[in-house]
Amino acid sequence: MTASAFLSQLLQLGVALLLAPLLAGWVSQCRAWLQNKSAPSLLLPYRTIHKLFIKDAVVAHNASPIFRVAPYIVFGAMCCAAAIVPSLSTGLPFAQAADTIALVGLFALARVFIALAAMDIGTAFGSLGARREMFVGFLAEPALLMVLFTASLISGSTSLPTIVDSLAHRDLAIYPSLAFAGVAFTMVSLAENARIPVDNPATHLELTMIHEAMILEYSARHLALIEWASALKLFNYSCIGIAIFVPFGIAAGSDDWAAILGAAPALAAKLAIGGFVLALIETLSAKMRIFRAPEFLGTAFLLAVLAMLVHLLLGT
Amino acid sequence: MNVAPLGLAAAPLPGTLPAQRVPVGAGQLLTACHLARERGGRLAALWASDERDLARGFLLRVALQDADGLTVLELTLPDAEARYPDVAAIFPAANRMQRAAFDLVGVAADADDQRPWLWLASWPIDRFPLQRDFEASPKWAPGQEEYTFVRVAGDGVHEIPVGPVHAGIIEPGHFRFQIVGEKVLRLEERLGYVHKGIEKRFEALGVADGARLAGRVSGDSTVAYAWAYAQAAEAVAGVTPPPRAAWLRALALERERIANHLGDLGYLGNDGGFAFGLAQFSRLKEELLRANHAALGHRMLMDWIVPGGVARDLDPEHGRAMAAEARRLAREVQVLRGIYDEHAGLQDRFRNCGRVPTDRARQLGLCGMPARASGIAHDLRCDLPEAPYDLLQVRRAGQTGGDVAARVAVRFDELLESLRLVTVILEAMPDGPVATPWSPPSRAGYALGAVEGWRGPVLVALDCAAGGGIRRCHPQDPSWSNWPVLEHAVIGDIVPDFPLINKSFNLSYSGHDL
Repeated sequence: MTASAFLSQLLQLGVALLLAPLLAGWVSQCRAWLQNKSAPSLLLPYRTIHKLFIKDAVVAHNASPIFRVAPYIVFGAMCCAAAIVPSLSTGLPFAQAADTIALVGLFALARVFIALAAMDIGTAFGSLGARREMFVGFLAEPALLMVLFTASLISGSTSLPTIVDSLAHRDLAIYPSLAFAGVAFTMVSLAENARIPVDNPATHLELTMIHEAMILEYSARHLALIEWASALKLFNYSCIGIAIFVPFGIAAGSDDWAAILGAAPALAAKLAIGGFVLALIETLSAKMRIFRAPEFLGTAFLLAVLAMLVHLLLGT
Repeated sequence: MNVAPLGLAAAPLPGTLPAQRVPVGAGQLLTACHLARERGGRLAALWASDERDLARGFLLRVALQDADGLTVLELTLPDAEARYPDVAAIFPAANRMQRAAFDLVGVAADADDQRPWLWLASWPIDRFPLQRDFEASPKWAPGQEEYTFVRVAGDGVHEIPVGPVHAGIIEPGHFRFQIVGEKVLRLEERLGYVHKGIEKRFEALGVADGARLAGRVSGDSTVAYAWAYAQAAEAVAGVTPPPRAAWLRALALERERIANHLGDLGYLGNDGGFAFGLAQFSRLKEELLRANHAALGHRMLMDWIVPGGVARDLDPEHGRAMAAEARRLAREVQVLRGIYDEHAGLQDRFRNCGRVPTDRARQLGLCGMPARASGIAHDLRCDLPEAPYDLLQVRRAGQTGGDVAARVAVRFDELLESLRLVTVILEAMPDGPVATPWSPPSRAGYALGAVEGWRGPVLVALDCAAGGGIRRCHPQDPSWSNWPVLEHAVIGDIVPDFPLINKSFNLSYSGHDL
């Protein structure tokens, strides 16, 4: 591994860690605007995380070590994911160790631990949230895998940097299969990031929560890590979407530092547009009844399979 | 209700409200209740008072409402040990009222369910706050309360306790769910966490001061309570408020209805995950409340209705502004109604959710706004119209679906009707004084006041002592009848739909816990 590749890896990890709360802030700001409300500060997520880090943690008496380590595992898993998703350049030496299937595994690992931690305390809401989370998760993961397989079939590799290299740096071609996959990916992302119409990140109704119900018992640094990890997850999903569907502008390799730095404005623009679209979807839809989630994610899976079939039939 | 066939003698109560009192014996109490039930009447209220200082033991009062008006059955109990027959077998809503009557006064029904209702161990269990010798001042150390919830047994059944402290800023109440998966098998409520001793406090006040307290029984219905109280106080004193005051009171009551429906429609959207609705309806509600403040001095119109009339007149300039506002609001509400009605996701949440079919509603005694969504078109403004409603010809809302969608539709219908009424009232309101000089009644007397608030019929029973003091005042919120129906509305629905169903009723905690 060259020093340049190492630096590129480090830069992209740093960008993900630092920009993730900003993206979350941007989405809430867009949401507020679209609802004719005055928006909270763009920097509010940073302030929240900072506030939580300096508070004293309160942990339930009957909490087992799982409850204590879960935030670190979740945060760690999201950092690892960020290290294998290209945001600025495809020069990611770490990505050789883990492909897209491992990426889905990392998300699953985080999910399992947060659900275990939720059940660990034994409160009614924790178990309720954990149960719903696994319910949504087992429907969303196959659809996500299918989307990633479609992209892998096109580029002949399951490694994200290779996918980006082959999609971004060849002659412009229209892939009908990617259109199907794009819709499926959007639906999966909404479900996986606890967004309307599957979950409501802004709710205070404990009986309707999914993600929020699982983290009700967390406070201070633990909660800060979970909030940060949630922001990172949204950032990772956005970057996966960008990498597969609009990879143009991402630098190839880690040698051309002008191109890597030049990719930054493109990334910012794409994230801003993506965040706005997310806020728009959330404003326009109502939260669906939880038993509509199988239909919703079933549709996503179907579209992802269609994408793959289209690719196999058309050969593009 | 004509009680002559039962061999009972009725004495009319003072005031314009068609109401009568009927002394009954224990057996006659049940016969009279049966008769009312057969005639389609409902249990309006049940309460007790300590009359031992007048050597009359305890007095149990049961207020029934039917098409002819209100009938108060009065049963004298010689002492606290004497049990009265269980009315809950005829009117299920009586169950909690009877338990509350025991907690506060110490007279029990001859019923199986003897669990406390308003008692939460904040005073000793063998003391009863509404007995005349109970001292309100001592501080009691909080005790331990054990409440037996009904549990459902079976494979995969588990229990979720919710509240009384909630994740959002709402009033406290405890809800015990028995669920399998996400499906609700049973819900049991436990209320009483905001018991403030309002009835005890009334007894220390004069009739004039009581008006302020009555306006604070449930803040969102302050106009309805203040009007019902003023009605009763004026009836005892034999005073009739001037015509303009009655019209102004109706204006306030309709504006209260508009404000609450606006707020709740916003929250109904929000609980369905449609935050856009909340932002829009909150904006409209806020404009209305600010107009209230500018024109009449208080956002919620608290303390504006006083016995004898209203506290200050509405000047013509604000009147014109209110009329223009009502027309503009009606346009905006129509647009928002279109958005709600055509939003597939929102309608999917509203439809078939929290259904109360008509027969179930009738059986359980559902009243007010949710009853009108379940095919029971009772509305005091039409059924027993007081001035000026006798001239206004209110179009009563009516839906038969009984689900959240029907309650949303009733709210929209009533909201638009109230906006129409506001413009009619502002046009047709007569000129003249807004208050009749009023002094507290010097002789003892007893009267009822009943007003159709936005939630449903609000009843105030006022018993005045000689000399202008309050002997006993019992305010009855429609929530007493509707809380038990909520338990039935959620059966078979899924847990995440409960907040939406609950909000579609939006019952009062404060008005219920007293």
